[in-house]
Amino acid sequence: MDDNPLEQNEEGRITIDHVSKVYDPEGVNVHALDNCCVEVKPGEFLVLIGPSGCGKTTLLNAIAGFDNITEGSIYLDEKIIASPHMKQFPGADRIVVFQNGALFPWKTVLENLIYGPMVQGKMFRDEAVAEVRRIMDKLGLSRSTEDLYPESLSSGMKRQVEIIRALINNPKVLLLDEPFRALDSMTKSLMHEYLLEVYEITRKTIFFVTHDLEEAVFLADRVIIMTTRPGLIKAIIDVDIPRPRDFHVLATAQFMEFKNQAATFIREETLKAFEAGERELA
Amino acid sequence: MVAANQNSEVVFKNVAKGAYSKKTHTVILKDCSLNVEAGKLTVLIGPSGCGKTTVINLIAGYERPDHGEVLMDGQPVSGPNWERLVVFQEAALFPWLTCYENVMFGPVARKAISREEAHRQTMMLLNRVGLSDFRDKYPMQLSGGMQRRAELARALINKPRVMLMDEPFRGLDAMTRKLMQEYYLGLFEETGCTNLFVTSELEEAIILADKLLVMTNKPSKVKKAIDVDLPRPRDWGMAASERYLEIKAEALELLHAEAIKASAASDKAEIDLAVGFEKLKTARG
Repeated sequence: MDDNPLEQNEEGRITIDHVSKVYDPEGVNVHALDNCCVEVKPGEFLVLIGPSGCGKTTLLNAIAGFDNITEGSIYLDEKIIASPHMKQFPGADRIVVFQNGALFPWKTVLENLIYGPMVQGKMFRDEAVAEVRRIMDKLGLSRSTEDLYPESLSSGMKRQVEIIRALINNPKVLLLDEPFRALDSMTKSLMHEYLLEVYEITRKTIFFVTHDLEEAVFLADRVIIMTTRPGLIKAIIDVDIPRPRDFHVLATAQFMEFKNQAATFIREETLKAFEAGERELA
Repeated sequence: MVAANQNSEVVFKNVAKGAYSKKTHTVILKDCSLNVEAGKLTVLIGPSGCGKTTVINLIAGYERPDHGEVLMDGQPVSGPNWERLVVFQEAALFPWLTCYENVMFGPVARKAISREEAHRQTMMLLNRVGLSDFRDKYPMQLSGGMQRRAELARALINKPRVMLMDEPFRGLDAMTRKLMQEYYLGLFEETGCTNLFVTSELEEAIILADKLLVMTNKPSKVKKAIDVDLPRPRDWGMAASERYLEIKAEALELLHAEAIKASAASDKAEIDLAVGFEKLKTARG
């Protein structure tokens, strides 16, 4: 390995320590998160899964610094990044890739990519361009895209640019909030393989939120299953499938077994939610 | 239970169909031949934009082929008809009618059966799809999964000869979707009506299908027909069986190849995700 900033994985430990979050609109306590404890190891690929509305995004937002918590604390390595008594800020050491995509539509791919390091004053333009090109080569994004605007890229490619834009900032952790949700299932499977390739190369800590079980098991080192209201951690599954993985894994007995294991936990929860929902409607 | 009148088969013979505008001319289907067998559940799967919905539209009679023939029981399809009914991606219930009125609408509107008979069948179907308690609710008052079930009942009451399912569970969350698949499987296994089901989810496709048709990219045709010889009644427990995994592996291989081709073709600047991947793999390897 050369001395480039993409390769370091002693850093990027996230410690989520007894975290709770209560929303209190009009005096009605809603427990979005209830006493969550997780430690994400440096360089680990962790996937958080649960039904819609279970508090997955709330937890991700708390780590990202977009949202506060009402109990407990969150650490990134030794640094405290969230507790009830502090003002939280997003940071370049933990970057979020969103569901809906957030490239600047009025900037070219290259301008989008150099924006982060330049606006933070870390690099001059020339340096940033050189760094961006180096990483583009490394992560398989063709230079012929440089001068294109996001609208002329395919949906898969937009996601690729966004992942690279996050990595340019050399974060300690990548936070992915259902990044492939809007893609059709074939493009999605290509993007899964792409993300795994990027993970093999960079070995960044990844905190990935989804409600797609197949996606969760295919990508993760560990899958964490969350329940709805209050958002509790129900189970943790070690996905012991060797890396590097490709799509052939999806049709192995081992994969189906892990998927099944997770499905049983989730099914119970869903039925509960489903029935409760129907009762509400009746 | 409401049984289908009679099961029909649908055959495509060398069908071609394009989309035209003043400036562009896109060939969607080309030399497409396929067979939807009577009393079987045929599933059509393929990359997005490969013309799956076009196939549905041709059978439903919403569109005509440019070339070739679309035959139902040997007769060319000439227009929309209650014998070939579509359940759409997005709910198409009448928002101003209750669940009960929606289901009853078809047969009463075309005076196929008496009001009393329609009432009896509607109640039976609503019960079958678990909506008895919701008969007087309007579509907006139902959850997504319940709306889809109302749609199923609304189509079934017409006793169509062919049911055309155009990604009917798309947009439902993964968990509700699973429950809907179970409902649908139960209904199919009870009625044995000819069904064509379009989807882009492989797991869904395999667990439902008697025959799986894998489509190519545009201009599309059937790349391969796979016989899904898992026993019926089906349940998700079969997803662990060896045969299931074999079928999944085979279909994944075909679909993955098509997805890579599609992604290469769709990038306007002739840049290519697939080449990027290959480079990446060689670099790492």
